[in-house]
Amino acid sequence: MRRLAPAIGLAVALTAPAWVWNPYHLHTLIMAGIFAVLALSLNLLLGYTGQLSLGHAAFFGIGAYASALLTVKLEWSPWLGLLAAIVLPGLAGYVIGRLALKLRGAYFVLLTISFAGCVSLVSVNWMDLTNGPLGIPGVPPVEIALPGLPPLSLRTKSAYYYLVLAAVVGAYLLCLALIRSRVGRALVALRENETLAASVGIDATHYLVLAAVASAAMAGFAGGLYAHYTRFVSPEVFLFTYTVTMVIMVVAGGKGTLAGPVVGAVLFTVLPEALRELTSYQWQMLLYGVLLVAVLFFMPEGVVPALRTAWSALRRRWRPS
Amino acid sequence: MTLEARDLTVRFGGVAALTGVSFAVAAGTVTSLIGPNGAGKTTAFNVITGFQRPTEGTVHHDGLPITGWRPHRIAARGLVRTFQKTSLFPGLSVRENVLTGLHLRGRVGVTAALLARGRVRDEERRLGVEADRVMDFVGLGARRAEAAAALSYGEQRLLELAVGLAARPRLLLLDEPASGMSASEKVAVAALISRIRDERITVFLVEHDMRLVMGISDRVLVLNYGRLIADGDPASVQRDPEVIRAYLGAGAHAHP
Repeated sequence: MRRLAPAIGLAVALTAPAWVWNPYHLHTLIMAGIFAVLALSLNLLLGYTGQLSLGHAAFFGIGAYASALLTVKLEWSPWLGLLAAIVLPGLAGYVIGRLALKLRGAYFVLLTISFAGCVSLVSVNWMDLTNGPLGIPGVPPVEIALPGLPPLSLRTKSAYYYLVLAAVVGAYLLCLALIRSRVGRALVALRENETLAASVGIDATHYLVLAAVASAAMAGFAGGLYAHYTRFVSPEVFLFTYTVTMVIMVVAGGKGTLAGPVVGAVLFTVLPEALRELTSYQWQMLLYGVLLVAVLFFMPEGVVPALRTAWSALRRRWRPS
Repeated sequence: MTLEARDLTVRFGGVAALTGVSFAVAAGTVTSLIGPNGAGKTTAFNVITGFQRPTEGTVHHDGLPITGWRPHRIAARGLVRTFQKTSLFPGLSVRENVLTGLHLRGRVGVTAALLARGRVRDEERRLGVEADRVMDFVGLGARRAEAAAALSYGEQRLLELAVGLAARPRLLLLDEPASGMSASEKVAVAALISRIRDERITVFLVEHDMRLVMGISDRVLVLNYGRLIADGDPASVQRDPEVIRAYLGAGAHAHP
């Protein structure tokens, strides 16, 4: 099952554009993918080091603005824009990680909220650079230029879907590689018992900075993907709602698991849309809240750990050896 | 000479937890630090391992001043401690606890983790073997898959020792490793400490159980109200009138 479930998930994801005809549904899946990268990035901090960042939309927004500004104003290639969407938020993550030297728990949360607040204000008020609340229209689409062939523009939803899917797989493999090593154990040690971690030689600052940089860079990349998908960036990318959505996805999906954030992202992007089609607006939000509470009440560890427990219980019943 | 503390003073506001304490812990010995509750034993441990900066005084390890170093650097030098209150990675299994303790014996960083999975595999295999050795050494080999939080109290204290040993200490500082244990568990812990010394690891011990202390120590230091009042071999410390006064009160006398 450990091997089978991801394989089935990937097969379903790879064939999705073939059987999802409704463009709006495909749009929902693309947003689910972007949120999956965001949730994976938040999970590195929240799930493994145990520190809650409530300013994660800031890294997403910095990535979106970096790629949008560089491609629109300096006419960089979107690929270089996406690279900047990794590097610049990564640097911001480094600063946050260093500032968090002795800040943990509630203080870390406040630091990240304030940081997001500052960045958001800059995006609204630095008119010359960001065009303020009007935003930046005309962000170019991503193009794949192979030698000898006409450039292939990823303008269509199904083409962009595969770019986002590749990003999700990449982010997942990156987390997997980090976690299944001595580095991952050090991150988890910070979550479990930072004092004991220090007394066996684990440098808390080093690993917290590392997690913050990796997390911010991944969130920034998601921002870049978002910018070249919607082709428009405005201060809305810094909305606190985005951060809250990421937290819900990580916690409800299963924090501290690799698959949890991905499952959470798909679930909590598709769910509101499904409810929108089934019910009216008032009922949509109400049902969303009730379902969220129900998930957390019946599966406090998240959906993925709950499914794992259920699966192994089933196996024991069938094969009582 | 392994560890040397000179004129350590620690003041919390107006309260002095340690006042001008000097002592040395010789390599290859079991040295114990005893004294009534609140005498400053744990404060001394905190200063040595970098969790508390002394108001005055210095700590040297093999001649190198380590005063004010951060705890993880002191650990990397080979000074590893356990804690008075049970301190584990509670959500992890026994094996994962020990593997985390083996941090200093690994080399893989981010770059290798992402790009050189072959090196990661080799290291994981090597650390796995070392983890097995440590778990067997303390007698938790059969419990490796158990969650740390699910172990009995005595087993948890053994696991703490295993995590400390995994960090490859040259000097192991044990803060009341036998507190709260049954008589038979205490005997086992005493035997384990002797075996740790046989592995040529110097042991510095804070402990309240006098039979355990006097049985395994080469040297005993006595703290009272933050001052060192005795320093010598177990027999001479037991006869010391000031030590007897500190433990039994001002009116007490030594009986032969």
